[in-house]
Amino acid sequence: MKSNNPDREFFEQAVTGLLDRLYGAALRLSRNRDDAEDLVAETVAKAWASLAGLHDRQSFRPWVFRILTNTYFSARRKHVETSLEALATEPGEDGEESAFSIFEQLHQPFLLWWGTPEQEFLNRVLREHLTRALDALPEAFRVVVVLAELEGFSYPEIAHMLDVPVGTVRSRLSRGRAQLQQMLWQIAEEAGLMARTRSPAAPVIDPDAQPADKHHEQR
Amino acid sequence: MSNANQISCDEALKRLFEYLDHELDAEHQGEVEQHLHDCRACYSRAEFEKRLKGKLSALGQDKAPETVGQRVRKLLERY
Repeated sequence: MKSNNPDREFFEQAVTGLLDRLYGAALRLSRNRDDAEDLVAETVAKAWASLAGLHDRQSFRPWVFRILTNTYFSARRKHVETSLEALATEPGEDGEESAFSIFEQLHQPFLLWWGTPEQEFLNRVLREHLTRALDALPEAFRVVVVLAELEGFSYPEIAHMLDVPVGTVRSRLSRGRAQLQQMLWQIAEEAGLMARTRSPAAPVIDPDAQPADKHHEQR
Repeated sequence: MSNANQISCDEALKRLFEYLDHELDAEHQGEVEQHLHDCRACYSRAEFEKRLKGKLSALGQDKAPETVGQRVRKLLERY
């Protein structure tokens, strides 16, 4: 149906263009297809109702994602007996996971002619493994990781969406990424990826080997 | 090397994700970039994290099912 209302036309175009992205983020936030559908529909309804509050239409995307995250938190608060504050609050500080890195687990300082274990690991990791790792993250970390890594929002944009300081976004993202790698490592181990990454058929690394020559060592 | 802007591996890795996220100011961005150019180990780490980031970003690219499109179209028809 054609409308003569410019607000309505702008809104329809903006929402339609972002529908897949909104659904993708909603799915990773809610981890459930039905809830993701409800979340998108509710977000669209709320966004239309508050369109007058959008002063710069160029900022539609961060604006509507802010509505999406707020709607998600509100829905969670209703369904789970948890307060919004608890969901949005910084998890405990100084988690051990902050230092975890898959690269450090796998990297060999010596060049191997058949490739590097960490790149081999990435070749074997499936979307399903990553999804499981992401879904297993604590909420406060998952939301930030989804907004930064999946949606590519800047730290200040995320801070605005979640009403937290930029430093909080930085620290949650850092810890979320480390925990994600730890989860992914565990999932990959369970799936047997590690055994294949460190294939016994592969040549044994010579512990006395010299570091690779300059040609390879330096870029 | 006597470059005043040279940073250590620890510093480069501490800022690596902010570098990959383009969240550093130009000066710090340049310092990390220079370090990655000079240090093979940190360069490998950056390449690994960049690839992992790429795989992760693909998780948000689910296509919305037709039912979502229908619900949203119904909403829009009311406006």
